[in-house]
Amino acid sequence: MSIDKDTAAKVAKLARIRVEDDALPGLAQEFNEILGFIEQLNEVDVEGIEPMTSVTPMRLKRREDVVTEGGMTDRILSNAPDAREGFFAVPKVVE
Amino acid sequence: MTDLNKLTIAEARDALRKGDVTSTELTEACLTQIQDAGALNAFVHDTSELARKQAAIADTRIKAGDAPGLCGIPLGIKDLFCTKGVPSQAASGILEGFRPEYESTVTQNLFDAGAVMLGKLNMDEFAMGSSNETSVYGNVVNPWKTDARELTPGGSSGGSAAAVAADLCLGATGTDTGGSIRQPAAFTGITGIKPTYGRCSRWGIVAFASSLDQAGPMARTVRDCAIMLEAMCGHDPKDSTSADIPVPDFEAMLSGDIKGKVIGIPREYRMEGMPDEIETLWADGTAMLKDAGAEIRDISLPHTKYALPAYYVIAPAEASSNLARYDGVRYGHRARLEQGDGITEMYEKTRAEGFGDEVKRRVMVGTYVLSAGFYDAYYNRARKVRTLIKRDFEQVFDAGVDAILTPATPSAAFGLGEMANADPVQMYLNDVFTVTVNLAGLPGISVPAGLDKQGLPLGLQLIGRPWEEGDLLNTAYALEQAAGFVAKPEKWW
Repeated sequence: MSIDKDTAAKVAKLARIRVEDDALPGLAQEFNEILGFIEQLNEVDVEGIEPMTSVTPMRLKRREDVVTEGGMTDRILSNAPDAREGFFAVPKVVE
Repeated sequence: MTDLNKLTIAEARDALRKGDVTSTELTEACLTQIQDAGALNAFVHDTSELARKQAAIADTRIKAGDAPGLCGIPLGIKDLFCTKGVPSQAASGILEGFRPEYESTVTQNLFDAGAVMLGKLNMDEFAMGSSNETSVYGNVVNPWKTDARELTPGGSSGGSAAAVAADLCLGATGTDTGGSIRQPAAFTGITGIKPTYGRCSRWGIVAFASSLDQAGPMARTVRDCAIMLEAMCGHDPKDSTSADIPVPDFEAMLSGDIKGKVIGIPREYRMEGMPDEIETLWADGTAMLKDAGAEIRDISLPHTKYALPAYYVIAPAEASSNLARYDGVRYGHRARLEQGDGITEMYEKTRAEGFGDEVKRRVMVGTYVLSAGFYDAYYNRARKVRTLIKRDFEQVFDAGVDAILTPATPSAAFGLGEMANADPVQMYLNDVFTVTVNLAGLPGISVPAGLDKQGLPLGLQLIGRPWEEGDLLNTAYALEQAAGFVAKPEKWW
């Protein structure tokens, strides 16, 4: 499986990272090196093996489905690049 | 008393309790050294004002006679930990200016124990790297130097390792996703332990790969690691994978007696092309543990070879998901937009500007392996291989092995920039001996055990049973005593 320039562009798009056209061939090449390395996994017999979901055999803790904290709009917005009237502000989403 | 910054945590604690020294004096000694060590680029955010306040409070607490072991001890904190009101950037441009409104559980635990924070420490961006060359703050330089070259301190906890090795602080926090505590500890001649997955809360630690990330201490001795680790760990309801089990007194378990313990030597860790010096170090370490009364047993961990490729599916996959939050909306950097740019352009430009090359590469590899059509072939297969890797360890532990001895790294520290033209996989090979431990969720410790021909430190790794950090630390303590590693870098900075 080899990654070409178009696939690299598609992956960059999915990852929401702008990559200039002239950087795509280099990126595709790096992907191929990494994926070539990963291909070794195909040698392993994984028949009947469950994919790991939890590295330690533990049951996740349950708790009451209730609000535990809140009412801290100022603190939540304090690091926002753009916040107005108690909201995060972003460029227009819907035309 | 001179050179207070060179004390071990245990020595400083005892001197503090006796009243021979104050935390303020210790803290000032470290701050002076930090001022002087700009060339190492280890500390990147100054919190000296906070440190002085914390030291004064610690001194009052010590005088009152109710002080935990870490009370008044000056530490460095890796930039990956969110610290309230203090820049916490994970060494990334995308978190520029971010000042958390909250404190990570691990740093809160340390502060509750009375520890003093000297400053934030440099690292690889988002903990992705093995040489501390991916940081937005620039490279960290290893205090060890044998010729004109500047060497890497390793990564990703490179700032932590350099700061402890150069005596800028008595101990430091690190985090370890694939070897990021143990590899830099080995490259700088210090000790570092990654505890069992779930021992330390991950809450407030900037996430890289959540099923692998663990925090741990980096310090000058095994005893110091034991003291720090005890303060760092404990159950935290804010991390659903945090273990609700008691934390033992790790230091009290350091007897140095390992008679009858079974130490496994895994044949798969004898890699092709491994330098003779590493081979010799490993054999010497084995002999030391045998002399101390341990039984040495050859063991097999057959899936070792597949650990790195599995890691380079799982870690980027989790990273691509975790790092999706950096979108220029809630915190950190937002790109300047052109007329007509919408929200997609904002995301794409923000992330292109804010992330460094290695982070972009891993986010995109992760995106690819999780994308429709490849999820089973890559991600699910890697998770199955991970099950097999863990099973390898379970089988040897079930057969009575108490700990496993391996080299910590395939080489000593290399020169900064030397890997610049290698393909990314070459850099990944640095973690070949450490990454299995993260995949299996086990505790692992790196202990300095000797010098190579050039005079650079080399480390050995011990891997323990889950939740048995106390026993692992004790075996490491026996190894430390036998190895008698006392070399220090000569000050050039």
